[in-house]
Order: sequence, then structure tokens, then C-alpha cells
Amino acid sequence: MAGYLLRRFFQAVLILLGVSFITFVLLYVLPADPVRQIAGRAATAQTVENIREQLGLDQPFLVQYGRYLAGLIQGDMGRSYLQKTEVAALIASRLPATLLLMAGGIVCELLIGLTFGVIAAIYRGRPLDQGLMVTSFIAVSAPQFVVGLLLLYVFAVQLGWFPIGGYGTFAHLVLPAVTLGIMGSGWYSRMMRSSMIEVLRQDYIRTARAKGLTRARILSRHALPNAILPIIAMIGIDIGIFMGGLVVVESVFGWPGIGQLAWQAIQRVDIPIIMGVTMVSATAIVLGNLLADVITPFIDPRIKMR
Amino acid sequence: MKKLLCSTALIAATAFPLVAQEYSPDPDATPGGMITITYKDDVATLDPAIGYDWQNWSMIKSLFDGLMDYVPGTTDLRPGLAESYTVSEDGTVFTFTLRAGVIFHNGREMTAEDVKYSLDRVTLPATQSPGAGFFASIAGFDEISSGEAETLSGVEVIDPLTIQITLSRPDATFLHVMGLNFASIVPREVVEEMGDDFGKNPVGTGAFKLSEWTIGQRVVFEKNTDYWRAGVPYLDGVTFEVGQEPIVALLRLQQGEVDVPGDGIPPAKFVEVMNDPAQAAQVIEGGQLHTGYITLNVGVAPFDQLAVREAVNMAINKERITQIINGRAVPATQPLPPSMPGYTEGFAGFAYDVDGAIAKLAEAGFADGFTTELYVMNTDPNPRIAQAIQQDLAAIGVTLEIRSLAQANVIEAGGAGQAPMIWSGGMAWIADFPDPSNFYGPILGCAGAGEGGWNWSKFCNEGIDAMAVEADSFIDPAAPERLELWSQVYQDVMAQAPWVPVFNEQRYTMKSARMGGDDALYVDPVSIPVNYDYVYVTE
Repeated sequence: MAGYLLRRFFQAVLILLGVSFITFVLLYVLPADPVRQIAGRAATAQTVENIREQLGLDQPFLVQYGRYLAGLIQGDMGRSYLQKTEVAALIASRLPATLLLMAGGIVCELLIGLTFGVIAAIYRGRPLDQGLMVTSFIAVSAPQFVVGLLLLYVFAVQLGWFPIGGYGTFAHLVLPAVTLGIMGSGWYSRMMRSSMIEVLRQDYIRTARAKGLTRARILSRHALPNAILPIIAMIGIDIGIFMGGLVVVESVFGWPGIGQLAWQAIQRVDIPIIMGVTMVSATAIVLGNLLADVITPFIDPRIKMR
Repeated sequence: MKKLLCSTALIAATAFPLVAQEYSPDPDATPGGMITITYKDDVATLDPAIGYDWQNWSMIKSLFDGLMDYVPGTTDLRPGLAESYTVSEDGTVFTFTLRAGVIFHNGREMTAEDVKYSLDRVTLPATQSPGAGFFASIAGFDEISSGEAETLSGVEVIDPLTIQITLSRPDATFLHVMGLNFASIVPREVVEEMGDDFGKNPVGTGAFKLSEWTIGQRVVFEKNTDYWRAGVPYLDGVTFEVGQEPIVALLRLQQGEVDVPGDGIPPAKFVEVMNDPAQAAQVIEGGQLHTGYITLNVGVAPFDQLAVREAVNMAINKERITQIINGRAVPATQPLPPSMPGYTEGFAGFAYDVDGAIAKLAEAGFADGFTTELYVMNTDPNPRIAQAIQQDLAAIGVTLEIRSLAQANVIEAGGAGQAPMIWSGGMAWIADFPDPSNFYGPILGCAGAGEGGWNWSKFCNEGIDAMAVEADSFIDPAAPERLELWSQVYQDVMAQAPWVPVFNEQRYTMKSARMGGDDALYVDPVSIPVNYDYVYVTE
């Protein structure tokens, strides 16, 4: 176990190193000059060169990358070019909002997805099953920008049940979390359906039925817990998928998380922020996957860690 | 000895009457109340030496003051922290007398030392101010920007309420520069204590002070009860909510949750809003010092030929392009917008004439047309405008390939001189201050034509440059001869046709029904987008 974790830890470090390098290369070759963004349109050539020198952007690529890594190892993600604030402080102030939205999204996708999946499995092959599967297909395919605006229009503007964007109370969380959860719920309902159908075919279910247990008891005590197990491990992987959706959902709902921060930084070539958010997201994804792998053997003893 | 020299200078000085009439207070204004403004993007910084974007420009104006200021809702200069000033006869020595008893938000009284410190700070390279270049006419600027000096030799404290600024050359725009945010007066001790975090903890002398900043959510201003201008601000405070898409802001305005959507009316919703009488009543229209243009890179064939540039000018149907943006603009004939001093009334420019354009192209040897590229920023409505330009040029046989890119990439391509044509939409020039010179140097003059400059046509005509220098050497910015000269500069530029001036955009914004104050305050040409100091709520 310890050896396994150590090995996985080193793999994680390698992955993060790779991510940082690739992102840094991409930002370096980008045909847009961050110094121009800082210096503004009225700057003289001298001002531009001064700023370039102060930020170390006149140095060769490897020197720049080396400096960044050296800072990163010491926990220093640098200062934003345009806001002049510590990137770590910017991310730290926005991370709680993102984590809250993620948690809300996971709860929503599980609630919707698992319920739909179980119902579909029970009514397999019937119109209800088909209806639910078409719905899940739409849920997976619908662009989050559209879903978000639609929910906002119907439930916040027309019905007035929720606030129109913003952050602070539980009511603010509902619509963005549902928007984020809808896409995942499509996946979960399909997985839950197959998993449930698989379990319902097992001998022990037939035995339970033969013992004369009620249908409700068979489902809740024997089928559901077994069917859910393989799905739990998926949540860790979800974190990665969510990172992409967060940028969109946070922008639509004015949610003050790191996705919104990244989007604004990308538009203005604020490299330290882009790097910082990328590294934090990559770390979250790596940790999520690791978590999934570590949890799986505990819930399903047939799988062993090597 | 020094004192003596100064007093002789003062005797020789010519006092200029301040052109502006003072702002007459609104008799209906009622004090009190908070308002809510929304923006899509975060407030990057409130450091007046750094901030240079849509949302922080007017916020900084309300937190800080400079020596000069503008009459609210107009482009007329008026004194700010300077009570009065005198100019030497040759126009190179400005002596400002400061207002007594002006107090920073931290309680300390502002003095001439603060003025000196603030001007040194904005020009020091370590500050990385995007506005440093505006101060180039102050004596000692070159030394400070090259790192040879720590302080501007041309800025001298005479006594706690008198500061004397010596220019290395006469500069008609100098008083406007003193009204820019970059020339705001900051307290040294706070800047030094906060360092790079001053932008998050701003302390000035302005009508409002910062009371709360929750990153990514909101910035709250509260009224400065010690403000040196009597009677203002009317509001108790302003809440800026950030991270709100313009379309969401509009919905919230309709629900009464927002007072002014800072990013204006989203283009996709414009027709809907204007067709609804209730909403249209809340819309305010105003001019702005803006020109949308197509640059023709004179360094790239075939735009190195005047006839080709003229042909493109004649081929563009400007009326149709203004229709694409729902008529939110007026077609342009010249680089200057109509409300700018120096604008040439009656100048016809290039009329829309497809046959004439074809003839011009044939004259240049391109009877069969040619293929070139148009760079454009990739946000609505710019790609649609690019398509209209593409169709217009197709009519004269020119094939246009559209390169639709993010703003930073278009600016980079323009600065590097790679782009044969650029549509300026989304990056267009909005004047920093209401003076004709601001439309020339960086975007049409030789100074901006170098690598990385904003003169994307790479147009550089030494004769016209010399005229521009002459025009800026006047002492009085509003001298008729000076404006005449600027008018001639832009007519001469158009004779060389490095640009297609397409339209001058009007600003459209909305306010909630409870908001009071002159409409001009909501489309203020200087405190863009809203002059928070003078608006009020009526309930």
C-alpha cells in the first residue's frame, strides 16, 4: 500500500511537471505579447522594454520556465501582471466558491443521474426507460451555456424562485449546481442503468426473490448497494470533467470561482494567473483520480492495488 | 535666490482664464441612498498609475483627484486639486496653487510634496504605468524613464501649496494630461506601506472611499464626508458587482436589482430593448470620442499604392455597416469624431462609389483585383462587420480572407506590421482626453509606427508629423489657429488614405427608473462610463 502510494505520488509529480511545461510552452509561443497588455496603447518603446526586463520576459524560454518552477516549488505562483496581486491570494480567495459549486454539482448529478438510472433499469425496455435515456442523451449533449441561460430565464427571471446570478446563499447555489450537474447526470444515469441491470441478473438476486422478499426490499437492500459501488469511484474522475464546465457555468452565473478568474486572465494574457489556475486544476484532477483508485479496492475487494 | 527667481517668473507669467463654466448643482438632487452597478470583468486594480480599463477608469476618478478635472458630463477642463494656475509666456512653466485643507481618506492633509511624489511615481519605470508616456513633455522625463534619475527635475515644490512644473517643450495638451487618472495625487506613506497592494487598498482625496473589496464579487465605495467639493457626492455609496454577464445584468435591471449595467446593452438585446417603450425610456444615448476604422498597412503590397488605398476607401458601404450595429453609430469621414475640437465640418472624405473604386484599382494595375487578409477581433458584432467589408471588397474584385482572433492576438499582429488590414472594432481608439492630438501620435504618427506600436497602418509622413508637433507647441489648447492646424493634419492624412474611417459609435446605456441626474452624467465623455459623484437616487 505504502509503495503503491509512493509510486503514484511520483507519477503525479511527473504529470504536473509535464502540464506546467506544456502550458508554459503554449503561453510562450502564443502570438500575443503580455507586455503590450500591461504597457497599454500609449506606451513608449522604452516603457515596453523596461517592463519586459522587470518581468524577466526578455530572458530565454528555459530561464523563464526555470524561474517559474523554482517559485512554484517554494509555493510562490508569482504576481498577476495586470492586477499586481499575488496569484496564490487570488486563487485562494476564489477556491472556496469553486469547491462549493463542485460539491453542489456532484450532489445534483448523483441525485438526478442515479434516480433516473435506477428507474430506467427497473422499467427496462419500456417507454419510461426509453424516455429517460433520451433525456440523459440530451443532458449530455446540451451546451452548458444554453442550459444555464435557460434555467436562469425560467426559474430566476420568470418564476422568481432563485436570484439572478451571484453568490452568497444556498439559493444562489441551486441553479449553477444544477447546470453543472445536468451534464454529469446523463453519464450517471446510463452507467447506473447498466450497472443495475447487471446486478439484477445475478444469482443472489434470484435467491432473494426465491426467499420471498418484497420487490422494494430486494432493490434497496440487495441490488442498489452493489450497483452503486462501481459508480462511486467515478466521482474522482468527475472533478476533471467539471474543471472545463466551471469556466462556462461560473461566467454565466457570475460565480466568483477560479473558472471565471481563468477566463478573464486568458483574454488579457495574464500569464501568472493562467499558469496558476492550470496548476491548481491539474492538481485537483490528479488528486481526484488518485482518490478514485485508492477508494475502489475498499468498496470492491475484487480489485487490488499493485 | 530661488524664491526671487520664482517670483519674477510669476510676474512674467500669463494667467489663463479657466475656460470652463462651473457645474451648476442640480436643484432636484437629494442626498442619500446606495446604487448598484454591474460589470462583467473583475476590477483589476484601483491604483491610478496602473488602472486603464473600462471598469476601473471612472471608479478611480471617484476615489482620486488630480490637479485638473472636467466639468461633469462635458469635455471642459476645470481646476481640481489646483485652485488656480499660471503659465509662463513661452508656455513651458506651469505654476499651480493647490487648494488648502484637502484631506486624504487617511486623514492627512494633501500638500505639494504629494503632487511631486505622485508625478515621480507614475513616470518611474518600476511603477510600470501604462500612462507614463503622457508625461513625456515634463523636463527630466527622459532621465527618469531611462533610469538615470529618481525624480522629475521639472517638478519643483515651491511651498506646501505651490508646485511648479517645467516642460521641456510647449505642450498644448499638458492640462489635459494633468486631468488624466495617471496624474492623480496619492499619499506617499500609504503607497510605500502597501507596495504592490496599493491597487487593492487605494487611498486618495476623491468623493468616495473604498469600504469593501471582495475579490471576484463586489467592490463597495462609501461617501467621503470630508470631500473638498461642497455638496457632492449625493450618494451614500456605490456597490459594484462584478462577474456579471451583460445579458444577466440586463435581466437584473428589469427586476430592479441593478441601477446601471456598466457594460451597456448587449448587442443581441438592443432591438428588443428599443422596441419596448418601458425599457426604451430607461435608455440614454450619448456621444463618445470614438472612431471605428479599417487600417490599410502601407508597408504591405498592394496597400503601398495610394490608388489602392483610395479604391478601398471608396468601396466600403459605411451606411450598411452602421445598420449591422442597429444604427448605433454615424458614418465617419475622417479620423476625428464629430464632437472633438479640430473636427473638419463639411469634409466629404471618400464617398461610396463602387465604379470609381474599380476604376482606381485598374489605374493601379489591379483590374483583376487581388487577395489580402483582414484581421478582426472575434467578438460580436466584429466578425459580422468583417463579412460586410468582405462583401464590399468582393464587389470591386478584391478577395478578403478574414482572420478572426482574440483581441491580444490582433493587437500583436497589428503592432508587428503583419496584418494588411485590421478592423478596429473592440480595440478602437477612444480618446484618453478630449484633444485632437490624442488621435494622431500613437495611431497615425511616426511614433506609433514602430514595432509593436498602435499605428497599425505603419503610416509615417514626416511632413504631417512636423505639423502635429507645431500644433502641440501652442500654449492654449483651444486656440483657433491650433485647431485649424489639427484639422489640416487630418485632412492631409486622409489624402494619403491609410485608414478607412467607418463610423463614430454612439454610446447607449440604461439606468433604473429611480436614478436621477442629468443624462449626460451616464454617458460622461471623461468619467467613462458613469460619473458617480454627481448622480443621485430619487426615491
